[in-house]
Amino acid sequence: MNIIGRMRKLLAAFLLCFASAAAAQLVVEVTGAGAQRIPISIAPFAGEGALAQSISSVVRADLERSGLFRMIEAPAANPPLTESSSVNYAEWRARQADALVQGSVAARPDGRLEVRFKLFDTVKSADLSGVAYTMTRAQARATAHRIADYVYEKLTGEKGVFSTRIAYVVKRGNRYELQIADADGAGEETALASFEPIVSPSWSPDGRRLAYVSFENKKPVVYVHTLADGKRQVAANFKGSNSAPAWSPDGSRLAVSLSREGGSQIFMVNPDGSNVRRITQSGGIDTEPVFSPDGQTLYFTSDRGGSPQIYRMPAGGGEAQRVTFEGSYNVSPRISPNGRVLAYISRNAGKFQVATLDLASRQTQVITDSDKDESPSFAPNGRMILLATVNGGRGVLSAVSADGRIKQRLSISAGDVREPSWGPYTK
Amino acid sequence: MRAIWIAVLGAVLTTGLVACSSTPTDEQAPAAVEDRSGAQGKPEPSSGPIAKVDVTGRGISGPDPAVKTGVLAQRSIFYDLDQYDVKDQYRQLVEAHARYLRDNPGRKMLIQGNTDERGGREYNISLGQKRSEGVKRMMLLLGAKEDQIESVSLGEEKPRSEGHDEQAWAQNRRSDILYQGEY
Repeated sequence: MNIIGRMRKLLAAFLLCFASAAAAQLVVEVTGAGAQRIPISIAPFAGEGALAQSISSVVRADLERSGLFRMIEAPAANPPLTESSSVNYAEWRARQADALVQGSVAARPDGRLEVRFKLFDTVKSADLSGVAYTMTRAQARATAHRIADYVYEKLTGEKGVFSTRIAYVVKRGNRYELQIADADGAGEETALASFEPIVSPSWSPDGRRLAYVSFENKKPVVYVHTLADGKRQVAANFKGSNSAPAWSPDGSRLAVSLSREGGSQIFMVNPDGSNVRRITQSGGIDTEPVFSPDGQTLYFTSDRGGSPQIYRMPAGGGEAQRVTFEGSYNVSPRISPNGRVLAYISRNAGKFQVATLDLASRQTQVITDSDKDESPSFAPNGRMILLATVNGGRGVLSAVSADGRIKQRLSISAGDVREPSWGPYTK
Repeated sequence: MRAIWIAVLGAVLTTGLVACSSTPTDEQAPAAVEDRSGAQGKPEPSSGPIAKVDVTGRGISGPDPAVKTGVLAQRSIFYDLDQYDVKDQYRQLVEAHARYLRDNPGRKMLIQGNTDERGGREYNISLGQKRSEGVKRMMLLLGAKEDQIESVSLGEEKPRSEGHDEQAWAQNRRSDILYQGEY
C-alpha cells in the first residue's frame, strides 16, 4: 500500500475512534483529537534561525492543531538537514515517523529568501516531491501555512485550510473590534473599531470584503467593508432594523433580513445597496438567510410554525419547506461547502449547542458539549466548524470537527470574543 | 479526482520548472521540487494589508429638555419572558408619549427593542424588533404618525444589566424610547 492509501486507512481508523487526548500550544488548545493520528516529523529547516519566525515550528503547530497528525521529534542534525539531504528511511521508520519533511531557507541575491522543502514517505521510502517558495521575511508565517497546506493535502487527500483567515469580534469594556486573523489565531489585525456592537460578519466569496451589522448609528445597519483599503459601503440602512447579511456564492448579491415593511423579512440587495427585492412573505420572523453552495437555495430561520426552526426555499423566492423538526429552538443555519450538511444552533434542555443535520439521511447530531454556543461557521474544506461559546464567563472561540470528535479552543486574553466567521480559500 | 490532481502536478513539474535532482534516495527516483518563485508561485501573505476604520468618536447624544420631565421622562417598557405585547402597567406611559407626538407633529422618536442574552444574536434582533414594533403600533393607534416613529432592535447587544440571572434578564427585556436629539 502506498503512503496515501496507508494514511487514508489511518484517517478512516481515526474517524471511527472516540478520543480524549489533549495538548496545548500557543493560544489554541486542542481539547480532543483522534487516537490514530498520522505520525510525522518536520525537521528544523536549515537556515531558518535567521528568521524571526521559525518556518518548521509553524508547520508543526498547524498540522498538530488539525488533530490529524502527531509530531515525532527530529533529532538534532549537524549539518542541519535540508530538502536535498539524503534520507535514511530505516531510521525514520524506527522512530515511527510515517512521513518526513526536510527543508531550508536561503538568502537570494535580490534580498528575498528562498524556502525549499520536500515531503518523504518513510514507509514506502519514497520522495513525494516538494516546493520552492520565494518570500520576504514578513511572509515567513504565510509560507509556513502554505507548506502545511501542501503536506496536509498530500497525506489526507483533502485541501488544507491553514492559509485561510478568520474574522471575529472582540469586546473589551465598551469597545468593539472586528478583527481578522490567520486560521491559527495569529497575526490579528483590526478592520473596524467602534463603541457600538458589531455582529454577523460574513466573508465575500473572494475573501476581499466583509459584510456585517454595525450599531454605530444606534440601530442595526448592514455595511460592506473592503479589507485592503477600509472603504465601507452601506448595503442596507432602511427604516427599522437591517441585519443578517449573507453573500450569494458569486458575490453579486446579499441576502439580508430587513424590517422596513414590518417584521423581520428576507430581502435580496446588491452589495452597494441597490436593487432591493423582498423574498419572504410571512407574518412572523424570517431571518439568518444563507445560500446553498450552488446558489439555488436559501436556508433561513423562521418562527412561522410557532417556534424558531430552519426552513429552505428557492433563492429567487417561492414555497418554503421546514428542515428542522427536533426541539423547539433551532437557529443560525450554515451549509457545509459540499452542500450536504446543515450546521445550526439547537436548544436542548436550556443548552444552546451546535448540531448537524445530514440533509440526505436526515440524521441529526449534537456535536458540542458546551451550553452557550453561537454563530457556527464551516472551514472552507468542511472539516471543522468554528463557533462562539462561553467558557469561565468569557466569550471564546472554539472549533469542532464536523463529526464532533476534534475540539479546539481559541481564547484571547482580556476580552470577550464572539461572532466568528471562517473565510474562504485565498488564491 | 486525485488522479487528475497528480497528473496536473506532474505536468507542472515537467514543464521547465527548476528541478531539484540532488536528493539521493535509496529506493525510488527523486521527484522534483516545484519552483513557485515566479509571479504565480509567490506566496501571497494570508494576512493581506488591513486598513483600520475607527468610529469610536461618534455617537454624541444631545439633551432634549422638553421630554425629560413627568411621565415623558419614563422611557422603558419591560416584558415577561417570550412576551412582546405592552403590559397594562405601561399603558399610561405609552399613551403619554403618543399624545406628545400627536401634539408635536415635528417631533420624532426612535424605539429600540431589546432582549435578554439567551439565544442567537440575530434571532434576538428579530425578537427585539417585535417588541419595538408593538410599542410603535400602539402609539400609531393613539394618534402618532408613521413618519414620527422608527422602531428598531438592539437585540441582546445592549443589556442594561450585565448579570446572567432572571433579575438581570428582566431588566434587559425591554423597549426604550428615545427622542430625536437623543440618538
